[in-house]
Amino acid sequence: MQIIEAADGYDAVIIGSGAGGGMAAKILAESGLKVAIVEAGPMFDPKNNAHRTQLRWPYESPRRGANNVRPFGDFDSAYGGWEIEGEPYTHKSGTKFDWFRSRMVGGRTNHWGRISLRFGPKDFKRKDQDGLGDNWPISYEDVKPYYDQVDQLVGVFGTKEDFPNEPNGFFLPPPKPRLHELYFKQAANKANIPVIPSRMSMLTKRINTDRGVCFYCGQCSRACMVEADFSSGTCLIFPAQRAGGQITLFTDAMAREIATDADGRATGVHYIDKNTRQENFVGGKVVVLAASACSSARILLNSKSSTFPDGLGNGSGMIGRYLHDSTGASRMAFVPQLLDRKIYNEDGVGGMHVYTPWWLDNKQLDFPRGYHLEVWGGLGMPSYGFGFNVSEMNKFTGGVVGGYGNKLREDVRKFYGSFMGISGRGESVAQYDNYCEIDPQHVDEFGIPVLRFHYKWTDYERAQAKHMHETFESIFDAMGAKSVGTKPGPEDDYGLLAPGRIIHEVGTTRMGVNPKTSVVNAYQQMHEVDNVFVVDGGPFVSQADKNPTWTILALAWRTSEYIIDQINQQNI
Amino acid sequence: MKGCAPVDSEVESVAEPAAEEGYGRTEKEKIRDEKIKADSFFQEPELETLAVLCDIILPATADFGSAGDAEVPEFIEFIVKDMPAHQLPLRGGLMWLDNQSNSRFNLEFRSCSPEQQLEMVDDIAYPEEEPSDMAPGIAFFSLVRNLTLTGYYTSKMGIKELGYAGNTPGVWDGVPDEVLKAHGLSYDPQWLERCVDQSKRDELAAWDEDGNLLST
Repeated sequence: MQIIEAADGYDAVIIGSGAGGGMAAKILAESGLKVAIVEAGPMFDPKNNAHRTQLRWPYESPRRGANNVRPFGDFDSAYGGWEIEGEPYTHKSGTKFDWFRSRMVGGRTNHWGRISLRFGPKDFKRKDQDGLGDNWPISYEDVKPYYDQVDQLVGVFGTKEDFPNEPNGFFLPPPKPRLHELYFKQAANKANIPVIPSRMSMLTKRINTDRGVCFYCGQCSRACMVEADFSSGTCLIFPAQRAGGQITLFTDAMAREIATDADGRATGVHYIDKNTRQENFVGGKVVVLAASACSSARILLNSKSSTFPDGLGNGSGMIGRYLHDSTGASRMAFVPQLLDRKIYNEDGVGGMHVYTPWWLDNKQLDFPRGYHLEVWGGLGMPSYGFGFNVSEMNKFTGGVVGGYGNKLREDVRKFYGSFMGISGRGESVAQYDNYCEIDPQHVDEFGIPVLRFHYKWTDYERAQAKHMHETFESIFDAMGAKSVGTKPGPEDDYGLLAPGRIIHEVGTTRMGVNPKTSVVNAYQQMHEVDNVFVVDGGPFVSQADKNPTWTILALAWRTSEYIIDQINQQNI
Repeated sequence: MKGCAPVDSEVESVAEPAAEEGYGRTEKEKIRDEKIKADSFFQEPELETLAVLCDIILPATADFGSAGDAEVPEFIEFIVKDMPAHQLPLRGGLMWLDNQSNSRFNLEFRSCSPEQQLEMVDDIAYPEEEPSDMAPGIAFFSLVRNLTLTGYYTSKMGIKELGYAGNTPGVWDGVPDEVLKAHGLSYDPQWLERCVDQSKRDELAAWDEDGNLLST
């Protein structure tokens, strides 16, 4: 085994370079610490023309951007997906969980939707309201200063609405709504559903001299070459390196195990160099897990020693438990008002300019927890799948279905941009019995034991999905739009997507005061190993109906300050 | 309001079309693409029949070319190797068409006269309420129609015909006035006044301690 260490060792070894790892690397390096990042994928920088997919045309891809190689299409900046060759996972008792991984510098922040929502005061204390799950050991007031700092460091547009449980922030001004979004707002309001400007991390104004301003190509999922949207590489790691921070990036480095000494304290990380297929070791005084909720759980569970026979810091048996993803369901509709529309450039920012935060009171409803609405549509760039079954849309307008020749050209033209979709993204209730564990029989191509998942939705989530579909139809009906397909019923869980599909999985190393029922403390420090911290989604006690990234960033910042403080006090 | 106006920016110097560096592939993906391109699936007569069908689906117009002009058959040849699930339905469908054509005209489809070809296509170009003997042909033609439309409208020519105006640096400043008017819609003034003032997009953002932006 090759031992790689800086001359006098690293102060911190961070596993993973996504939102949590990038933030930890920046804050720790700024304080003068020597930092190593162990990243399982290759270097990625959207400014590098060899990596760039932004502003490319569909015909630059021989499959015209189809999604059979990358799950969100050829131009999406995620190296990986729900299935990765050589890196399998398994399931228990016929249950289902789809695990998305992005193996690259920046991780999933390169392609994510940039929906940047703070958790609200209620989101940290759900058990107080409905008796389900557990409260976080921290409150909104503990995290608020860090949310404020993240807003200003990274940049997020939005508006101060004083909306219940949707805290205000330090917002950049939002872009104006697009045509389909005006129709959405009008119809939703008619159905007594509020609509406000969305909150997304693209720069509608300059926030520093380093990063550019959004040029409205609508392609944030491809990662931005002028760094006008948030990715961990472009906004945290690379700037910290340019500013003189001592950050060493180990790429194609698949973390296998955290090493411990006789006292059970971490000494560094064993990883497999994917290119040489050799095992290496990088030593450090502190280990920060930021590998994603399930990957971090896997690394901990695979780090067995005489002190920790069931995995590092797993005396409680809680690692892997309480895994939970957002709920998700969607519906699409044909909007007659948008038939034959004038065509112009309305790419806008990637994703939505308006959205609906959770607006109802669960006391009046048959399910706990809420969901928000996302809206999509518009005159998008064609890619593989464009034009499929277009003539069938004539059934909405009384035209001829099928055919050939120039009639099809007319079909394509008149239906272009006339569809709108609404998606619900909601909060599930974390369950002890939804978990990942080490599969005792299987290893991946690097010889590392793989994860096995056990996950079942409950009636809470099914009832929520049913309600989502009723909401979608009420908005489409108010618009006079024609819903496509049939409304899903109980036989298909009301259209509830399989767990893992929304890619908000959290909870596997949850935070708490009691070491018997939680894995990390309120500073994301392991109860049982004081020099190991977890800064990804693992410590989330509950997920809220908010996309987790903004909270991961805020908590990683808070934890990094705590690490610096503890080092200064010589506690770790 | 201008819709999305073009903008000069640092972007344009780097945003050249793909050249030797490809389209942002990983090493594994490059190998996959190269293998597929080196392989072949359709035989020459199959490709000829496909080309006839593609040009029936999208013939040339006064202003734009045919599916063949946009190299749709070449796209289909790639995509069936890339997505093997398409192979059997297309290969079997092409043979089904020749079987039908042989029984009717004693000729393979590609050798039929244009009138004979259209007579056959008319029987499979429209979905039916009740399944008939034509059902396999209808499913086949529907697949070819889908792949032809997608291949054409993702080509340079097809995108130009469609009029898609984006994928270029611009400044989005709202729905054009004439479009709003045509749809009987308007922006809520209170909403609008909080939106970005695009003339100040390059000014550094600053907030007071309560998070109020000092200039939109």
